[in-house]
Amino acid sequence: MSSVSAAASDAAPVRTQAQQNRADSAAGLSFVAPAALILFVFLILPLLVAFYFSFTNWSGTRPLDHPEAYEVVGLKNYDRWLVSGRRVDDFYRAVRNTLYYVIGVVPVQTVFALLLAVVVNQRWLSRKGFFRTAFYFPSITSSIVVSFIFLFLFSAGGPINAVLGAISPTYEPVAWTTNNDGLFHLFLESLGISEDTIGAWVETEIMDLEIWDWIAGPSVALSTIMALAIWTTTGTLMVIYLSALQGIPSSVYEAAEVDGATNWAQFRHITLPLLRPTSFFVVTLGLIGAFQVFDQIYVLQNDQTGRTTTSVAYLVYSTAFEGNSPNLAEASAIAIVLFVIIFIATLLQRRFVGGDRAES
Amino acid sequence: MSTITSTFVVHSPRDVIRVVFAALAIAFLVAFALVQITPFALTIANSFKCDAAVENRPMPFIPRLETVTCRDEAGVFISAEEQVDGIFFRPSVDGYRKILDSQLPRWVFNTAFLSIVVTILRLLFDSMAGYALARLRFPGNRVLFFVVLGTMMIPGVVLLIPRFLLLKQLGLLNTYQGYIIVLAADAFGILLMKQFFESIPQEVEEAAMVDGANRYVIFFRIVLPMATPALTALTIFGFQGNWNNFMDALIILGGDTDLYNLPLGLTVLRGSGLDVQYDLVLAGSVITTLPMAVIFFIFQRYFVEGISYSGLKG
Repeated sequence: MSSVSAAASDAAPVRTQAQQNRADSAAGLSFVAPAALILFVFLILPLLVAFYFSFTNWSGTRPLDHPEAYEVVGLKNYDRWLVSGRRVDDFYRAVRNTLYYVIGVVPVQTVFALLLAVVVNQRWLSRKGFFRTAFYFPSITSSIVVSFIFLFLFSAGGPINAVLGAISPTYEPVAWTTNNDGLFHLFLESLGISEDTIGAWVETEIMDLEIWDWIAGPSVALSTIMALAIWTTTGTLMVIYLSALQGIPSSVYEAAEVDGATNWAQFRHITLPLLRPTSFFVVTLGLIGAFQVFDQIYVLQNDQTGRTTTSVAYLVYSTAFEGNSPNLAEASAIAIVLFVIIFIATLLQRRFVGGDRAES
Repeated sequence: MSTITSTFVVHSPRDVIRVVFAALAIAFLVAFALVQITPFALTIANSFKCDAAVENRPMPFIPRLETVTCRDEAGVFISAEEQVDGIFFRPSVDGYRKILDSQLPRWVFNTAFLSIVVTILRLLFDSMAGYALARLRFPGNRVLFFVVLGTMMIPGVVLLIPRFLLLKQLGLLNTYQGYIIVLAADAFGILLMKQFFESIPQEVEEAAMVDGANRYVIFFRIVLPMATPALTALTIFGFQGNWNNFMDALIILGGDTDLYNLPLGLTVLRGSGLDVQYDLVLAGSVITTLPMAVIFFIFQRYFVEGISYSGLKG
């Protein structure tokens, strides 16, 4: 590199290096200016604004230039939602729903994507293009459209119930999108265990929510939303895995075959380690997306399932813009907490999945 | 197919395992492909049914050539039986007719307009910034790179409220300009372009510089035309992202139904509560998806290349 640029500057006697540097500097600044300005005003500044307002009591109704528009109230909003206020149970319920959502969606979509990619990548498979198209298509579809499709599929008189009814004559149609029963609760119930028989310990409250509520599992309604997310995202992730797989030179596998490694050993000791940076990327994408789930909740949520389907991201929106007393400052506080949660989750997975240093 | 049979000549127990594995793998693939395709097929089929027939059992999915209208001459809704016959049904375009009478055509225009303008601006601003970060030494270059990288970590939800406030203060809430300016540059695109420019050889630019060309001429005349693959990926991501963008539209354009894009409009068409108007919603879903689907099938290769391109950055 250095020899090339040195040669170039030797051959350019018209302009001195210093003049060139000055010109580059001016050009550089003018080139980045529009994008930098937009990112600063609409990404960085808003983050700071959200942070600042989360420490105020500004509900959003009084105009900001009003002399008594708001006061700085310190950690009051955080206390109200996270520690001892009236909304603590709403917040932790949303946290619970979001955690079940993330834990249910991210591993399943990652494993499915990997398996599909490995199979599509097999040398003997013809029509790779067809499968890639079929799997990728939901990813280009609007999240709102996909939500409506699922609302229709899982409606009381919809295709899912129709198919299940056709398979089993004794099947009772399930109201998928309005059912608040937690999956773990249903499982316990099928074993004959209920809140009354399991013991008094489940009534202990942790952060304003009974243990019984914490261990409910995702509700049936939330599970349909999770199925939707997995259905949509798997294809995108599969294409990412597939391109990484195609980047592994076949000589690596040929060498392993000569050494007598079985298919499974090749997968376990060659494919998986080489895919680690990709897995890190795929899981990071998945986590950030899943923690922020909003569009699907917006469509599929209804009055009956608010308590088991509201995500933290949706709580931010509904606190800021819905209901009788919208409160922008409190919503900002929840948003900042979500930011911190996502940040911690990404750091944690860096430790477990490992990022750039994975290959060493 | 001949390749498959030649690979699966069975000689030993290990070959048997291979054949069984291959069969299972194909079954898994086909099952998954069906799960991915069937909902779209059902959506299209049911978008041509009257409300009464949508919930009919068994669910007919094969259209006949003869069409019906959902109300008879007297204006009374026809019953499901009049539209449905076993697995066959007589399609009706009433759902489509109804949404075309709504504000939907306007929303189609808004969506296309906003997606195109935002994408063009991104192509310009992202590639300029990416080029500067990759090639030009200016004060703060390194810092700016890390700031751009850092902004990718900011979750959209956190920006929801402050962006709303900011646009309100600027008088840009419920305007096209408000939506456009917020999305006119994005960190992902800048990094994509930076990475691309770093991968092309510098010699061309240096030769041009010897000839006395300045950076602006070099960028717009020489470098940018070379960047077609990256620009294609950026176009696809920008267009797709904005065509389907719900959250930004909800916050920025939510106050004026004339400015809605399709995803936002669909949530209004749905009606309120649990009483969903499926004929409207499904027809609207088909119309929203169709343009993206056409673009996808024409430029499929670039979609896949684009996503691989972004994935490799991991």
